[in-house]
Amino acid sequence: MAINAIEVAVPERHLQERTWRSALWLFVRQNPLGALGGVLMVLLVVAAIFADVLSTHNPVRTSAHVLVPPGSEFWLGTDNLGRDLWSRVVHGSRISLLVGIASTLVGAGVGGLIGLVSGYLGGKVDLIAQRLMDIMQALPILVLALVMAAALGPSLVNTIIAISVVIVPRAARLIRSSVLAIREFVYIESARAIGVSHQRVAFRHILPNTIGPFIVLVTAQLGGAILGEAALSYLGLGVPEPYPSWGRMLSIAAAEYAQKAPWLVIFPGLAISLAVFGTNLLGDALRDKLDPRLRGSS
Amino acid sequence: MKIYIFKRLIIAGVTLLGMSMLIFVLMRLAPGNITDIIFESAGYVDEADRHRLEAELGIDKPVAVQYMVWLGNFVRGDLGKSYRYELPAWEVIKPRLPVTLELAVLALGFSVLLGVPTGVMSATRRGHPVDYVLRVFSLAGLSMPSFWLGMIVILLLVRSLGWIPSMTYVSPFENLGANLFQFLLPALAVGYRSSALIMRITRSAMLEVLREDYIRTAWAKGQRETQVVWRHAFKNASLPVITLIGIEFAFLIGGLIVTETVFNLPGVARYLVDAIQGRDYPIVQNLAMLIAVVVVTANLIVDLLYTWLDPRIKYGQA
Repeated sequence: MAINAIEVAVPERHLQERTWRSALWLFVRQNPLGALGGVLMVLLVVAAIFADVLSTHNPVRTSAHVLVPPGSEFWLGTDNLGRDLWSRVVHGSRISLLVGIASTLVGAGVGGLIGLVSGYLGGKVDLIAQRLMDIMQALPILVLALVMAAALGPSLVNTIIAISVVIVPRAARLIRSSVLAIREFVYIESARAIGVSHQRVAFRHILPNTIGPFIVLVTAQLGGAILGEAALSYLGLGVPEPYPSWGRMLSIAAAEYAQKAPWLVIFPGLAISLAVFGTNLLGDALRDKLDPRLRGSS
Repeated sequence: MKIYIFKRLIIAGVTLLGMSMLIFVLMRLAPGNITDIIFESAGYVDEADRHRLEAELGIDKPVAVQYMVWLGNFVRGDLGKSYRYELPAWEVIKPRLPVTLELAVLALGFSVLLGVPTGVMSATRRGHPVDYVLRVFSLAGLSMPSFWLGMIVILLLVRSLGWIPSMTYVSPFENLGANLFQFLLPALAVGYRSSALIMRITRSAMLEVLREDYIRTAWAKGQRETQVVWRHAFKNASLPVITLIGIEFAFLIGGLIVTETVFNLPGVARYLVDAIQGRDYPIVQNLAMLIAVVVVTANLIVDLLYTWLDPRIKYGQA
């Protein structure tokens, strides 16, 4: 018996290791674009966490080395104030990721709550909530974010608020529509029949079932939120100095020094594009996984 | 149907009213008003002068009163005066409208011309390398900030051709060729993003339709590929595509704000940013209202187009 057990145990461990690896391999093979998105996102997160280790200079300290082209001392060159661009781009990932994740979570959380309540209660509450969402969607995203940002004044927190406000109606609409469908299921009726309170039904029985579309929404909005921060900062209404924000770097650098120092334009924009590209690829792959009805459709 | 249109018009009116209140309150929450900006540049502040100016502009009254005054004037077609230009707001907005409109139309035209064929191609060659290339191309369009794309294009032109695009606006009535040439690049920069959205929705709508039985029948009848794809499939897949095009037209304005800034075009979208920064309330309020009217109207038209495109959809009878 003992000998048998040993003989069995060895291939089993081997098998487990192989399935874990092969599952990952299968995902990469089936969804190479999603895997690429995952790699880009991991790079972004690593850059944000280890920004201090990865950067070669102080990202906000100015120096006499003005507009130095990319080279061995300054990997991506320096800007018009002699700040090292590589260090600034690396630190910029923190701002982008922070604003992107925070505004998406706040917007999707508040919007999701509105959608849950309005979908579950229906009636007048639903009508009023929907009209409010109409109003918030009557302006293009950037216009509303601009007015919000101007009203609140430029700061990191206000940029997050301005962008999250834009996400609220989208999240509310999406969660509401899934709540409307889930509400009709028999298990909800049974829960009510055995005397479960409305609050508990809404939060324990309905909310967890909206998680699939919610995750899809969050990843889809993350890229948009990063782009929104870039645009607001570019226009001077987003994250203020001295925070190194990618959008802000483009606004100061671009106008004056673009011809003399094209690296000032190229690298921050490349960073924005790669970050958003990563979230978009990953978002598409996640949607295919979590929402089988849409599998492979876009 | 008439009842439905009537209902939709009422909802649209309520939406616009709510939006105008929102913008009105937000702009007045903003720290500092026009008098701060004027007196800051003058260097000294005489409180009495300042109050006189505030009273003259009517911004010393409670916000609710100010709003009612604005609404009353707006309904009568009086948009008020720009604080900074001493001109009626409409006079300031009017010359800038055609620039933005032309850019929006060109960008949308470009995005449809690029997005629809690539979407169809990607759907009919699903899983093929062409599909992958087109999907990456469209996702790249969604990932690049349009203002950055504009900057890179200008940079490339200067570097490779030594040619600097004209940064002074040419009216189409002066020189149509030069005007179109000038609008080409910004339209491409903005349109690329929209084309990516259109391509994606075209692809998914086409994939849905291509699965249908009648498509198999069309193939079985021995019809040519162009017939099956465009006449049978695309016609039925066009509904979501048209919805998106309608919505995108209105939402292009967001992309135009930054693009007009990059290409130095004197349009309303860029002017909105100037007005916000200058606390020029009448301009911001009316421009936002104008944009909202465009968005709400576009949505309404799209909804009504549905019944025309797909006779199975009937409103007001559900």
